[in-house]
Order: sequence, then C-alpha cells, then structure tokens
Amino acid sequence: MKILLTATGTEWDSKIDPRFGRTEFFFIYDEETEKVETYDNRAIANEAHGAGPRTAQKMTEYGVNVLITGNGPGGNAASVITQTGIKVIAGAGNMTVKEAYDAYKRGELKEF
Amino acid sequence: MKEIVIISGKGGTGKTSVTASLAYLANKDVIVADCDVDAADMHLLMKPINDRKEDFFSGVLPTIDQNKCIKCGKCASVCRWDAIPIIDNKYIVQPIDCEGCGYCARVCPADAISMNEQNVGDWIISDVKTNTKMVHARLGIGAENSGKLVAKVKNEAKVLAEKLNKDFIIVDGSPGIGCPVVSSLSGANLVVLVTEPSVAGIHDVKRVYELVKKFGIKAGCIINKADINTDKVQEIHQFLKAEDIQLISEIPYDENFTKAMTMGQTIVEFDPDGIGRILVNSWEKIKNIA
Amino acid sequence: MKITIASGKGGTGKTTLSTNLASLLAEQNAVVLADLDVEEPNSGLFISGKKIHAEDKFKMIPEWKKDECILCGNCQKVCNFNAIMKLDKMIMVFPELCHACYACSELCPTKSLTMKPKKMGELKHYKSGNLDFIESKLIIGEEQAVPLISQTIKYVEKNFPSSTTMLFDAPPGTSCPVIEATKDADLIILVTEPTPFGLHDLTLAVETMRELKKPHGVVINRFGIGDAKVEEYCAENDIPIIAKIPNSRKIAELYSIGKLLYKELPEVAVELEKVIGYIKKHQESA
Repeated sequence: MKILLTATGTEWDSKIDPRFGRTEFFFIYDEETEKVETYDNRAIANEAHGAGPRTAQKMTEYGVNVLITGNGPGGNAASVITQTGIKVIAGAGNMTVKEAYDAYKRGELKEF
Repeated sequence: MKEIVIISGKGGTGKTSVTASLAYLANKDVIVADCDVDAADMHLLMKPINDRKEDFFSGVLPTIDQNKCIKCGKCASVCRWDAIPIIDNKYIVQPIDCEGCGYCARVCPADAISMNEQNVGDWIISDVKTNTKMVHARLGIGAENSGKLVAKVKNEAKVLAEKLNKDFIIVDGSPGIGCPVVSSLSGANLVVLVTEPSVAGIHDVKRVYELVKKFGIKAGCIINKADINTDKVQEIHQFLKAEDIQLISEIPYDENFTKAMTMGQTIVEFDPDGIGRILVNSWEKIKNIA
Repeated sequence: MKITIASGKGGTGKTTLSTNLASLLAEQNAVVLADLDVEEPNSGLFISGKKIHAEDKFKMIPEWKKDECILCGNCQKVCNFNAIMKLDKMIMVFPELCHACYACSELCPTKSLTMKPKKMGELKHYKSGNLDFIESKLIIGEEQAVPLISQTIKYVEKNFPSSTTMLFDAPPGTSCPVIEATKDADLIILVTEPTPFGLHDLTLAVETMRELKKPHGVVINRFGIGDAKVEEYCAENDIPIIAKIPNSRKIAELYSIGKLLYKELPEVAVELEKVIGYIKKHQESA
C-alpha cells in the first residue's frame, strides 16, 4: 500500500500537519518498496479559495491508497477524495509521522 | 503546542475583550493571532510595537491597455457584473464592481487586458506588552475576505510558536459562518464560544456551532453579560449539555469591561479582584481542556 | 429613498437601530426594512408580522454532462476560483467556490457544462401594518454573501415604489458584502459605540463611505460609557452626529428578550425622532 501523511516536514520525526487542504508537505511511504517521497505543498498558501480540492487533486498524482491526517479534509476536499477511493484516516494531529504510521498499523486511528 | 480559537457568531458579545484577557494571563506562554481581519481590534489592548509588515495579495484586477484596445466590446459582453462600462468613449474596468474572474482577459482578441494581483492589505508581526508576539492583519476596504489572509495570519503564528517553543496559540477568530471562520477553525484543538444570554446571541452561537461540530473540534463556552437574563442563561445551559460543550465560566454584565477598554487595558489589568478573577479561572480551565 | 444602516464593528447596535427605527417610522409611513446580514440575520427576532411571501434564492452553477466531454481540462484552466476540477475521468464542480462568471460553460469546446440554478438561500417577506420586513438567509455551507445581498436588494426595488422609505440593515465590517449592501444607497447611517473598538472600526467604516462617495452620519449607541473620542473624531471630520442612544441595563434586558425599545423607553424614542428628522432633511434636499 502507498500511504500519504500530511506533514509539517519531510522526515519521519516531523510533526503531522493537522490540516489537509493547506498542509505544508506530503510524506508518502510506499510499503512495498519501503521508499519515501515528499512533496512541498506550501505554494497552496497563495490560493484564496479551493485549497482543499487543489491539494486533493495533487494527491491523486501519487497513486496513494491511504491518507493519514489530523482533523480530516474539509467538505470540498472530501468530495474529491470520495471520488478517488482513497481511504481517509484521521486523528493523528499531535503525532510525528512515524508515530502516526505506527498507530495506523496497530489499528488505533479512526477512519474519517 | 495547542491552538485555541475564540469565536462568537455574533459581534459585540465580548470575544475580543475575552481573548485579550486570556492572552494577558498567558503572557509569554502563547503567540497571539488576531484573525478578525475585517475589523481587527486586538491591537487596541495588546499595544503592538516594532511592527514587521508585509503586503498581502489576493485576487486579481484587470487593466485595459487603451493603446492595444480595438473597442470591440467583447470584454464588456462577457462580464456578468457590468464592470466594464464605456466612459469617454473608452472601455474602463470599474474595480468596485469587478469580481476578479478573468473572463474578459481570456476573450480579448487584441490581448489588451492584463490581470494584476491586488494588494488588499497587510499582515504584521509585532511585539506586544505581554512579552510575546502577535500576528495580525488589516484587510483593505472592499476587499474580499476569503480564508486566505486568516490562513496566513494563523500560519505565521504557528511558525512563530514552533520556533519560540510556545505552549499555545490564542486566536481571536472571525465573526459569521463563512470562509474566514472556516479558516479560523481549521487546525484548532479547542474552540471557545463567547456568547451572551439574548435571543440574537443564542441564535448566532448555535449557527456557528454547527460549523465547529462539522469539524469535530472540542468546544467550551463562556457566557458574558450572564446576569441580564437568567432564563436565557438556562437556555444556553441546555444547549451546552445537549451538545456536550463544557461551560467554562459566566461573566456578569459589568461596565468595568468598557472602562478597561477605554484605558487600553484588559479587564484582568483593570479589575483583577473582580472580573479578573473569573478570567484567571477561565484560563486555567481552558489550559486543562485543550 | 434607500438608507443603509452600517457599522465597522459588530455588536454596536445596527439591528437595534434599524428595527426600532423601522417600527417607529411605520406608525406614519410605508416602510420596508431588509436585513442584509445574510450570514446571521437577526432583525426577525425583534419584528413580528404575517409571512406573506417566501422564495428560494438561487445562484447559477455549472452542471457537467459527460456524454460529449473530452476531458480537455479547459474548464479548470479558465476558472480563477478553483471551483471546477478535472479529475481522472470526471469533472467536479465546487458550488460554494463558484462565482458564476460563466467562463467554463461558455468556453467549453463541447458544450458539456450548462449553467443551472442551485439554491443558496431563502428570502422571507413579512408584513405588519405599514411595515414590510424582508429577511434573507444563506443556507449553512453557503459561504458567499454577495449574490444573496444583491438579489434581496433587487427584490425590494422590484416590489416597492421608490417613494417608500427603504431601510437596509447591512452586515458589519468593510469587506465585499458591506460594499454590496451600501453601494446603491442614498444615505448611510453608521452606528458605533463610544469606546476604543467602536472608534477604531468607525474610522474604517467612514473611510469606506468616503471611497463610495456616500453621504453619512453617525448614531452613537450606548452613549455614556467609554469616552468622548468618537465625538471628537466626528467633530474633527465634519461628520454629523445624528443621535445618541443612552447606555442602560434596561436596554440590554429588553434587547435580550427580543423586544423593541422606544415604547417603554421615551429617551430612546426621542433619539429615534432625531434620526427620522435627519432622514427627512435628506429626502427634501434630494
């Protein structure tokens, strides 16, 4: 599975970004190849409206299966994500990327 | 680091006065963010100095190069807001009517219309009297208040809070239920609803709480001017109980609030043994719930 | 004549003034009061009347038909508001973000986007004697106030002769919705309170009215608290202070239960008469 976590940095010990639409970085982990990819989403700050859908659209370019985030996507982003079939996991707000991933694997985080 | 956002739905309930008081009590443990960018007032109590100001850009405005214009009128014909009238035999964009959609620029056959980013305000980082920093902003007249400037203020506050290792961000939120409020709320760990026991106050806090609920954020409530109507206070209690919102405190109607504001002080500074005491307890409670 | 009641700051008493003023005026003349604070309209809490009409209000949104669509993505390209997006095999529209500029629809090479009406709010029309009261409210989730404000003003213009006194209760602040609510008014009444917050926000509101070149006067509410700086500011800037509604706990109590003030409090009636006088003076000179 390919997992995308919304993050404030590009390392395993970076904190999770609780937001989806205006998240600073994508931290993408491919469980099969064990490779990490990151994407700098900070240019999204220039968008007045529609940050959520834009970020969701960007996410679809990475072929991810699971999204792990803090608060969960807002309404508009959520409608885009529903179309993609990506599973959304929320509740990772106060964790690091590593902690969030481990919690998800242990089944401790809730589906949004 | 926890984010505490204070909103009210309705204006005039005392949201900013309460926020400033909590910021005063929190002193250097917090970064303060004034997200009420349409009518920012926190600075009147926080006394910011050493402003570091940056321009804020949002939206675009078209300009017609009269030298290139062939006066075909295509721009005016596609504009849904009649924002390009003919004045003195020239097509001139009226900024106040322009919605910024860019359609005119796309259809101009002479490539005579350029879209320019608009400087609609400033965002500012200042030192405040409570030994910490405040991020605030001012939106220009007639500017569209989207979530963008609010998001900018919050983001800068977050960056600062992380850099300076602060425990909390306290946010003076936007009024209403639209985009700026949504932007004020996203990322919050705790929402504090400041309301008053009046039909209008209750009506508006319920309406804004629907948004808070949608985001699944924990909420607490401060009832200001609590003794003007005991029946309405009961109504609020019922609402809080039904929605599992914690009652943080009740503040009686007190003219000291205004006297304090007039002196440029928070109520905690002005009346430490009276209302100030209630706010001290409120802040302790808020720190625990967040 | 169109009179808009506005303020920089929320909670200064716009709705208190507009509802009491409308009711008092209606004792003698035909008045229509429209609440343009469409995100949080409150005037209806103070005015009663028989509902004589209600209508849903719509804005136009593009609707996608997949049959002829070639997924070229031009729609996303021409939208300045991120309101339409090309996903893998479909086009998705975000109605709350759409400003109805029609660009995506009109520039679509296969005519796969048709503009269709979508409900964004409700307008309700009440009547009580000489007073007609119009209240418009956005449905939850709908974020743009401007289209509903604009349509409400048009409703009033269409349904009432220009000889009617039209009062518009504007939203607070100085951004787009306020501009929409004030740009076609003949006269603006700014409500403030004599405190630092009130003064600060009043200066923003005055700046706005000057930019729009609208004649304006100030009503000071909760007069007696705070300080004299608002009065000084008005004097320095040649802004007429039309009335001063006194600060009183009794007013706060009546307000809290949704009651009008002037019948029980003669001192309020006196101040309202001054506002009426100011309006009449403008009507005559117009």
